[in-house]
Amino acid sequence: MNRIHYKGLGDTIIDIVVYVSLIFLIIVTLYPFLNTLAVSFNDALDSSRGGIYLWPRKFSLYNYKSLLDRKQIFHASLVSVGRTVLSTLFCTFSTAMVAYTISRKDFVLRKLVSFIYVLTMYIDGGLVPTYFLIRSLGLTNNFWVYVLPGLVSAFNLIVVRTYINGLPDSLTESARVDGAGEFLIFWKIVLPLCKPVLATIALFVAVDNWNAWFDTFLYNSANAQLSTLQYELMKVLQSANTMTGSLLQALSRAAAGTSNTITPRAIRATMTVIVTVPIVIVYPFLQKYFVHGLTLGGVKE
Amino acid sequence: MNTSITLPRRHNKLWDKIKRQKALILMSVPFVVHIIIFKYVPIWGWLMAFQNYWPGKGLFQQTWVGFENFRLLFKDVVFYQVLRNTLAMSIIKLVMGTVASIALALAINEVRAVKFKKTAQTISYLPHFISWVVAANLVRDALSTDGGIINQVLMSLRIIKEPIMFLGIPKMFWWIIGISHVWKEVGWGAIIYLAAIAGIDPALYEAAVIDGAGRLKQMWYITLPSIRPTISILLIMNMGYLMSSGFEQQYLLQNGRVIDYARVFAIYELDYGIKMMRYSFATAVGIFKSVVSLILVFAANQIAKRWGQEGLM
Repeated sequence: MNRIHYKGLGDTIIDIVVYVSLIFLIIVTLYPFLNTLAVSFNDALDSSRGGIYLWPRKFSLYNYKSLLDRKQIFHASLVSVGRTVLSTLFCTFSTAMVAYTISRKDFVLRKLVSFIYVLTMYIDGGLVPTYFLIRSLGLTNNFWVYVLPGLVSAFNLIVVRTYINGLPDSLTESARVDGAGEFLIFWKIVLPLCKPVLATIALFVAVDNWNAWFDTFLYNSANAQLSTLQYELMKVLQSANTMTGSLLQALSRAAAGTSNTITPRAIRATMTVIVTVPIVIVYPFLQKYFVHGLTLGGVKE
Repeated sequence: MNTSITLPRRHNKLWDKIKRQKALILMSVPFVVHIIIFKYVPIWGWLMAFQNYWPGKGLFQQTWVGFENFRLLFKDVVFYQVLRNTLAMSIIKLVMGTVASIALALAINEVRAVKFKKTAQTISYLPHFISWVVAANLVRDALSTDGGIINQVLMSLRIIKEPIMFLGIPKMFWWIIGISHVWKEVGWGAIIYLAAIAGIDPALYEAAVIDGAGRLKQMWYITLPSIRPTISILLIMNMGYLMSSGFEQQYLLQNGRVIDYARVFAIYELDYGIKMMRYSFATAVGIFKSVVSLILVFAANQIAKRWGQEGLM
């Protein structure tokens, strides 16, 4: 990009405005995260005096210790990790498989299958009918409600199909001539070639699953064994600034016998960090693939 | 093409094809059954809206009440409040989000230092990937009267004398939703405009430079008009989603003081339907929302198509 010729005062002003506003954006975006991080590593009582900005004043690991000691939180993280891993595996595989079948131009059910999926982007049964369906399928208070309902989404399906359509036919053609079955062609040839697009899909699904709390709230809130981290954080948020939540009460009881204190603010900050760290870890991968994935739908030769 | 093929033979041909494609069918049909169960069977449940549904009895053992639930819905003052809140927040989010994303794309496009450009962009879309639960926590902390950064800054600039409880002021709720939406989604939204800007023919800029246009003029006369089709298409398509102004964001940021301005359809369904065991009423609310959304989406698609044919010339 060498289109810009430096042109004196007007351009300098633009530079200043652009850089100042982008730096402002960076600060506004990052500050809440950094502040929360600082509060989570600061002594809870000390934090409540205020004045914690980017760095802990009275460093303490008690917030983390007390939270990670709770079976409830430990268990919720297992459930969160479990649902994320299983959903990602199942969704990616199923989406790729269905996408492969509807990318085959001679497939008898190609139009019908595509139509049934695309229509789901426009219709929505609504909260109550869906709830009763899930309940009648026995999926309430059931771990599989996190994985099963969202197996193949129309949007992901279209993205993968578009990608497969862009692959040269010759690659699968020779295998077909050699007499390979459809599943074998899909498994041995198409799936490996789809790695970039499947990485995109997998990351989207993983982030969505990690971030979900409403399904826990709606279907599994009666069973503490099936709670997820986001839902635990949501409960803490809902009982903000009062010590009413069961987790808050348990934590303050645990702290009562020691020299430590715990406050709702400190718990919220610490849980926020715990919940956000995995996203930050996969962020470089997200970055690498998602812009690619976002533009995939529109790529035409 | 042989036109004399008789019907049974054609049938056989189709049958042969099906048999030949057994593998493909086995690979897709189970998932079609899955999507029908999870996405289409709930539509069947819309019948509940015309009943006085009571759990424990089958769908056909219920008392039928005709349009009674819809009559109740349209008579309910809260419904009009919900409609107002939904539309207001959707429009605020759409307008603020679009303007901010375009501004960010223009700004990033003007940066020549590659490293800074990449850093700014990378940081800008980080919040898109965090959950609303986390984001709502951050928003609450930032707006808190007890050392929240916004109050701190406003006080140290002497704009206000004492902390304001932003989340307790009903009139302010829509704007908090709008601004927190921009905070979370501006970077993500800018990606598509940046892609559009990248597709502009550099010759246009060269010509403008020869004509003596500065960067501001280039932005105004070349960049913005060039991405106008993208802006319009996205705006029109988003019109289809006016009825879904989000749910998690409002649900997690609301509180009793501001609920009259925070209540959107899903909250209404939860609080006035499910929690009061008025399942049929909640279903009626859902149907109203779905049907209006569907009409909006198709209208938006039609407009986009018609407009697209002329505009993309």
